[in-house]
Amino acid sequence: MPELTLDGRPLLVAPGTTVAAALLLGGDGTSRTSVSGQRRAPVCGMGICQECRVTIDGQRRLACQTLCRDGMRVESRP
Amino acid sequence: MSDGADVIVIGAGIVGAACAHELARRGQRVLVLDAGLRAATAAGMGHLIVLDDNPAELALSQYSVQRWRDWSRDMPDDCAYRQNGTLWLAANAEEMAVAEAKYQVLREHGLDCELLGAGALRDAEPELRDGLHGGLRVTGDGILYAPNAARWLLDHPLIEQRRARVIEIDGSRVRLEDGGWLGAQAVILAGGTHVTELCPELPIEPKKGHLLITDRYPGRISHTLVELGYVTSAHNASGPSTAANIQPRPTGQLFIGASRQFGSSDPAVEPWMLAKMLQRAVDYMPGLARLNGIRAWTGFRAAGPDGLPLLGEHPQRPGLWLAVGHEGLGVTTAPGSADLLVAQLLGETAPLAPEPYLPQRFPGVRAHA
Ligand code: FES
Repeated sequence: MPELTLDGRPLLVAPGTTVAAALLLGGDGTSRTSVSGQRRAPVCGMGICQECRVTIDGQRRLACQTLCRDGMRVESRP
Repeated sequence: MSDGADVIVIGAGIVGAACAHELARRGQRVLVLDAGLRAATAAGMGHLIVLDDNPAELALSQYSVQRWRDWSRDMPDDCAYRQNGTLWLAANAEEMAVAEAKYQVLREHGLDCELLGAGALRDAEPELRDGLHGGLRVTGDGILYAPNAARWLLDHPLIEQRRARVIEIDGSRVRLEDGGWLGAQAVILAGGTHVTELCPELPIEPKKGHLLITDRYPGRISHTLVELGYVTSAHNASGPSTAANIQPRPTGQLFIGASRQFGSSDPAVEPWMLAKMLQRAVDYMPGLARLNGIRAWTGFRAAGPDGLPLLGEHPQRPGLWLAVGHEGLGVTTAPGSADLLVAQLLGETAPLAPEPYLPQRFPGVRAHA
């Protein structure tokens, strides 16, 4: 079972879980803060809407297009 | 108020908005009609840039960039105006010679600019690749978010805006889609690429461009980076062309252009063209390749035959005034275009010599019956 950290907190997920699902399992489901200061969450689940952008191990990634891996560091804030 | 408007403006893009603003400032009542069609103000980069391909282009862009600077003091934050300067990039000795010539011309016209050698260029923008010959920094250039700037310009008690499509122009009268006519003392046509639907005699062609914006990566670059190959390739080519143009948005996003294609009115993003454009940008800023683009789209510039807008009364349609054909410089030159047109319309002395921009320089417009 991969263990990742989501905004600093450890989270254990089933193999094959996407980071978008992990956002919901380990938090409130939101992925990022918009330019206008609102929290945003994954919408399309298929790599189109770009709402699910998070920082994974220092790189900007789409949460819905990324599978959780052991040791992954996911940041949804600011 | 609409029945009593002094002037009707067709098109609420940046050029129409600037014309309406200048008229309202002089006490004229203005009705602005906009059909809500795809247009360049919403699509474009909002780069305020002095260009000097010819003396008339330099005069209009220099005057206008200064006007934007004056206006910026009153513009709300959401117009996102920044005077971040343009940095022209020279990849080889030939382009460095172009930079030096440009430097001379701009300095002679009193513009603040500075030549940078290879080392100074790297210090100014460390994300640029090694091996560039140098660059030219033009300090007064800037950026803004044009849709909000247009909205700000239109926010005036003497300006009324209406969503309506004009289907016919007869001098200073216009017919709307519902068949009704509206009249005023003058009509200003500022409809971008759509003007040929109303005035087929105008020599305006759509020139397609691709754009892409990245996720937020603050602090990577500070100037708007433009390759000098822009001068030698993109502007002068008739076939499809690309040139590196990388702009830092105040949000931390990077806005990437530019491509040019004639003969297409299909707004679809063309992957081959987008790829070519991005490759060009990556050639100058290798780190871009590791960043994520979040949106790509296209827009159409309203291009005339000589790269200058048509500003003045239509020679064959009294009462109809033209503010069209701004190509890629509509946002930059909107203030100067508006001042020139409004001065002519109201019989004031224009701030610039109006001759180079008069519509009658084109025989096809002159001959229209
Ligand atoms: S949810 Fe739409 S791109 Fe990930």
